[in-house]
Amino acid sequence: MFDLVSFIPRAIIQGMPLLFGCTGETISEKAGSLNLGIPGVMYVGAMCGVIGSFFYEHSTTGALNPVLAIMIPFLSCLIGSLLMGLLFSVLTVTLRANQNVVGLAMTTFGVGFGNFFGGSLMKLTGSSVPSIALSKTSIIFSKALPFADDLGWFGKIFLSYGFMTYLAVIIAIITAYILKRTRVGLQLRAVGENPATADAAGIDVNKYKYFAICIGCMIAGLGGLFYVMDYASGVWSNDAFGDRGWLAIALVIFTLWKPNIAIFGSILFGGLYILHLFIPGAGMAVKELYKMLPYLVTIIVLIITSMRRKREHQPPESLGLPYFREDR
Amino acid sequence: MSKQIKEPFLHITKRKEMPAKKAWAIRIGSIVAALIVCAIVTTLTTGLDPISVYGTMIEGAFGTSRKFLILLKELAILLCISLALTPAFKMKFWNLGGEGQVLIGAWATSVCMIYLGGVLPNGILIIVMLAAAIGAGAVWAMIPAFFKAKWGTNETLFTLMMNYVAIQLVAYYIIIWESPKGSGHVGVINQAGREGWLPNIGTNSYWFVIIFVAIITIGMHIYLQYSKHGYEISVVGESQRTANYVGIKVDRVIIRTLLLSGAICGFTGWMMVSGTDHTITTTLAGGRGFLGIMVSWLAQFNSIAMVGAAFLLVFLEQGAGEISTHFGLNQSFGDILTGIILFFIIGCEFFINYIVHVRKNSGKEEA
Repeated sequence: MFDLVSFIPRAIIQGMPLLFGCTGETISEKAGSLNLGIPGVMYVGAMCGVIGSFFYEHSTTGALNPVLAIMIPFLSCLIGSLLMGLLFSVLTVTLRANQNVVGLAMTTFGVGFGNFFGGSLMKLTGSSVPSIALSKTSIIFSKALPFADDLGWFGKIFLSYGFMTYLAVIIAIITAYILKRTRVGLQLRAVGENPATADAAGIDVNKYKYFAICIGCMIAGLGGLFYVMDYASGVWSNDAFGDRGWLAIALVIFTLWKPNIAIFGSILFGGLYILHLFIPGAGMAVKELYKMLPYLVTIIVLIITSMRRKREHQPPESLGLPYFREDR
Repeated sequence: MSKQIKEPFLHITKRKEMPAKKAWAIRIGSIVAALIVCAIVTTLTTGLDPISVYGTMIEGAFGTSRKFLILLKELAILLCISLALTPAFKMKFWNLGGEGQVLIGAWATSVCMIYLGGVLPNGILIIVMLAAAIGAGAVWAMIPAFFKAKWGTNETLFTLMMNYVAIQLVAYYIIIWESPKGSGHVGVINQAGREGWLPNIGTNSYWFVIIFVAIITIGMHIYLQYSKHGYEISVVGESQRTANYVGIKVDRVIIRTLLLSGAICGFTGWMMVSGTDHTITTTLAGGRGFLGIMVSWLAQFNSIAMVGAAFLLVFLEQGAGEISTHFGLNQSFGDILTGIILFFIIGCEFFINYIVHVRKNSGKEEA
C-alpha cells in the first residue's frame, strides 16, 4: 500500500527549500524584478550559514549553546543573501542593467561561491570525504517538538519537523497577507504592474524595488540554509543542492505568484521529486522522468494562463523591464 | 508638512549615442578594473600572489599547443551557442533554453549513434545524426516560440523550464544506456568501431569543430547585418508594433528565428557528441547555454565582437582549471572570477547609456 504517513513528511522536507525560494522570488517578481539569480542566492545563503556554523562548531569544545548555534548560521546566511540582493538591486535598479543578464551572472557567481568555499572548508578539515559535516548544529536545527512522537500519524505529519519548516510556512502566509491585504503590498504590486503610474501616484519606485529584491533574496537564502542544516542533516557537499533554485522559480509560476498556494505547491513539487521511492517497481530510469513532472506541469500552467488571459493570473505586467523615469 | 521642493542631487539622463571607440574604451576599462578586483579577491581568499595566479592562468590557456587547441575548441563551442542565441535576442526573445536545446541535439545524436551505429555506413550515419540533432534542437526551441507567437506566453520562463525537461529526459536515457551498468555514465559511445565519430585531423577532430564555428560566425554576421531576415529581426526587436505596421508578420518571424536558433544549438550538441566528447552527460552543456547569453549580450549582438567576449570567458575557465591543479584550489574559483568580471561589464553599460549630472546650483531653481 502507498505509505502516506511516511510519504508526506518527506515531501514536506523536500518542498521547504523550494517554498523559501519561491516566496522570496515572488516578492521580487511582484515588484517587477525577475531575479534569475535566486539559485545563486540560495547557494550563497547556504554557504554563508555553513561558514558561520563551521567556525562556531570548531571554536567551541563540548556542547554548543543552542541559541548561538542557531543565530550564527542564521545571521550569516541572511547577511550573505542580503549582499547578493544588494548587488542585484544596484545593478538592475540603480544602474538599470538587464535583469536576466545580471541574474544569470549572479547564479554563475553564487554557485561558484558555494562550491569554492565548500571546497576550501573541506581542505581546512582535511577530511577524506568531499563533504563538511555539521551534525551538532544540524541536530539543533532539526529538533522537533518533544511530544511529536507520542501523537501517532498526526504528530508525524504535522509536528515532526525542525523550526525552519514552520518558519517557511509562516513567512509564506505573512507574505501572502502583506501582498494581498495591506497598503504596502498594494503599492508593491503597483510598482510591478506599472512603475510609471506608481511613480505618478507618489510611490518611491526604487525604494520598493530595493526592499523587495533584498527581502526576497534573504528569504530565498534561508531556503539554502534549511537545505543544509535540516534536509541534508548538516552535510554540505558541492553541487548537492542541484536544480532546486530553478525549481523554486518554476514554483512561482506554478502557484501564479501566490505564496499561500505555494505552501501546497512546494509540498506537491517535493512529493513529485521523491515519488519514485514510494512506487513499487519504479526503476532507476523512471525516477528521472518523475523529476521532469514539476517542470512539465509548470509549462502547462504557463501555457494555460497565457491562453485564458485572466488578469489576476498573469505575470506582473512590467516583469523584467527596467524603470527609467525619464524614458518617455 | 512643509512644501519644500526636493531636487535630487544627482540627475540622470539618457545619452544620445556614444562614439563606438569611447564605448569600447569604457568596456575595456571595466574589464581591467574587474581584473584588479579579482586580483584583490584572490589574495584575500587564498593568500596567493595575484600576479603569479594570472601568470598561471595564461600558462594554462596558452602554455602548450595542446592547451591552446583545447582553448580554441572550448571557444568554438561557447561561441557557437552564443551565435545560436543571438538572433533570438536581437528580436528581444529571451531564449534561456540554449542549455536544453544543445542537450536535446546531443541526445538525438546519441540515439542515432547507439541504435544506427554499424547499421548505416559511417558517412550516411553522420549525416543522419546531424539532421536529427538540428531537427531536435529546432523543435525544442520552436515549442516556446509557437506559444509566444500565438498567445504571448512568457518565453523567458518557458525556455528556462524546457532546459530541465531536456536534462531529465537525457538523465532517463543515460540510465538506460549506461555502461557499465550501474555506473551512471554512458561511457564513450562506439569506442571500438568509431561509428558516427567525426574523422580526425591530427590526433582529434577539434579542427572540424573550429572550422564549422568559424563558418557559422561569418554566416551569422552576414545573415544579421545584410539579409532581409536580419533586418526583419531587428525591426521586431525594436518594436513589434512598427513591425506589424510595415507588414512584417511578427509571429512568423518569431517562429522562424527560433527554429534557426534551436537548429544551431542542436548543431552544437551534434558537434560535441560526434566531434569532441563522444559521450553524453546531463551536464554536457555545462551552463554554456547561460554563458552564451552573457557573451551575446556583452558583444551587443555583434557576431565578430562575440569572438572576443567568448574568448575572455573561456580563457577564465581554462585558466581557472590550471590554477586549481597548480595551487590546489578548486575549479569553482573560475566561476567566482567570471561572476565578478561579468558584474563589472554589466555595470559599465550604465555609463555608456546614461549621463550622470551632478546638480550645481543648490535649490535656486524651481524644479
